[in-house]
Amino acid sequence: MLAKDMNTVYNDTKSIISAKDVSVFYGEKRALKSVSLDIPENQITALIGPSGCGKSTFLRCLNRMNDTIENCRVEGNITVDGQDIYAPHVDEVLLRARVGMVFQKANPFPKSIYDNVAYAPRIHGLAKNKDELDDIVLASLEKAGLLDEVKDLLNESGTGLSGGQQQRLCIARALAVQPDIILMDEPCSALDPIATAKVEELIEELRKNYTIIIVTHSMQQAARISQKTAFFHLGEIVEIGETEQLFTSPNDKRTQGYITGRFG
Amino acid sequence: MGSTDHIVSSFDDELQEIRNAIIEMGGLAASQLESATRALVDRNTDLAQRTIETDAEIDALEKSIDNMAIRLLALRNPVADDLRLVISGLKMASLLERVADYAANMGKRGIALNQAPVIRMVSAIPRMSELVRRMIDDILAAYAQNDANLALDVWRRDQEVDQLYNSMFRELLTYMMEDPRSITSCTHLIFMAKNIERIGDHMTNIAEIIIYQITGNTPTESRPKADITSTTMIENELSLSSTNEGDK
Ligand SMILES: Nc1ncnc2c1ncn2[C@@H]1O[C@H](COP(=O)(O)OP(=O)(O)OP(=O)(O)O)[C@@H](O)[C@H]1O
Ligand SMILES: [Mg+2]
Repeated sequence: MLAKDMNTVYNDTKSIISAKDVSVFYGEKRALKSVSLDIPENQITALIGPSGCGKSTFLRCLNRMNDTIENCRVEGNITVDGQDIYAPHVDEVLLRARVGMVFQKANPFPKSIYDNVAYAPRIHGLAKNKDELDDIVLASLEKAGLLDEVKDLLNESGTGLSGGQQQRLCIARALAVQPDIILMDEPCSALDPIATAKVEELIEELRKNYTIIIVTHSMQQAARISQKTAFFHLGEIVEIGETEQLFTSPNDKRTQGYITGRFG
Repeated sequence: MGSTDHIVSSFDDELQEIRNAIIEMGGLAASQLESATRALVDRNTDLAQRTIETDAEIDALEKSIDNMAIRLLALRNPVADDLRLVISGLKMASLLERVADYAANMGKRGIALNQAPVIRMVSAIPRMSELVRRMIDDILAAYAQNDANLALDVWRRDQEVDQLYNSMFRELLTYMMEDPRSITSCTHLIFMAKNIERIGDHMTNIAEIIIYQITGNTPTESRPKADITSTTMIENELSLSSTNEGDK
């Protein structure tokens, strides 16, 4: 209820995703309770909240990854660019190309670096020939800030890279299908501070051309990179606001309790 | 509310340490103002001298608050009300240090005055000093009890100090014109009164900081301001003093 009011207050830029009254059930268990959230275009939105509050569940709603989970049922309405993504005619594979995803654990395919990035463009037929595919692969690696480090290793296995490089490889892989929106679920949780800084730098860079929604357990990371932050608690959005406001003067006691480490 | 209930209890302790140090510093600053004023009224050079020396303690407290705050910022990454408490602590410490400087400066001027012939006491100075000392007490109470309303009350009270200062300023100008030999002493008194008035201003600043710390917002009404001496011209005083003459 509060979250909805706040939404309208902060809804000054165009929102690319609009979620209304989204509830998610795993069997009988209701993991999300009527969540409404607008995601502004070309901004970074951070989702924070205690473990099990439904952040990943919400993120997975946005590209229908929940469809792949047995027993999972999604209610409510989610639009991307005004189009209902749960409408019957929607092709999930195309949707997931538009709304890419990067996971907590870097999960490169056991293939070459080149093939990792080329995989999805090939499936989607984005390149007419080998030259075009090369261009897509190199451009994606470049955008992911990885090209310099791997340009001589393109035929080596992606799994041989360091954790931070693997994570950026996964970002390159997501970028290769030219998405508009990138969902990231704790992309830095397994990375050291330097690798984290590189991924954060990359995320900020990507913001110019993409809309990014990132789940993070690092309050500092949310504060550093996002413009908007949503605080989830027990399957609901307690507070959504400008990141700066939320981290200096949160409106809700529960938000304050969580971000200051007083949760009880 | 306040610096309690963190899962990591040593975090609570560190925040509380900052609060305690601020309150200690404020208490010392208030007693410095009191000593400097008493030294003036009683023409007590020893007390004035002690006031000057005690200033070092307040400087040391400020440094220790700075260190605590920097350490806490670096190690705990405070956010929200915790962040506001640490930043407020830093700012308040720096203002209280200046408050103490004003008191020490009053001590120095008190010593200089005692070397000059006795002049008429200006009762407005101890009265101003008392008003401002009560502002300090209340601001510390507001801080200790997280009482934004009390802070706002202090914030509004600064106007009375300004008004007292204005009338005293005029009074001293009149003395100086009556008896040019009193100019040196009267100038010291004006500066002492100005010091007290500045301390009052700093209480207004601290009130704003406390209100921000508690609520996350600064007061929205415009600041009460009644010190007009910076635009008071001697010509005005001449005509004023001539009307005063007429009153006699
Ligand atoms: N596949 C699943 N089957 C059944 N229940 C699930 C499933 N996935 C999540 N849940 C439940 O839904 C709730 C929300 O889980 P979710 O993974 O969205 O939380 P989260 O906020 O991402 O937590 P974390 O920060 O630990 O990743 C939890 O209670 C969880 O147990
Ligand atoms: Mg999760």
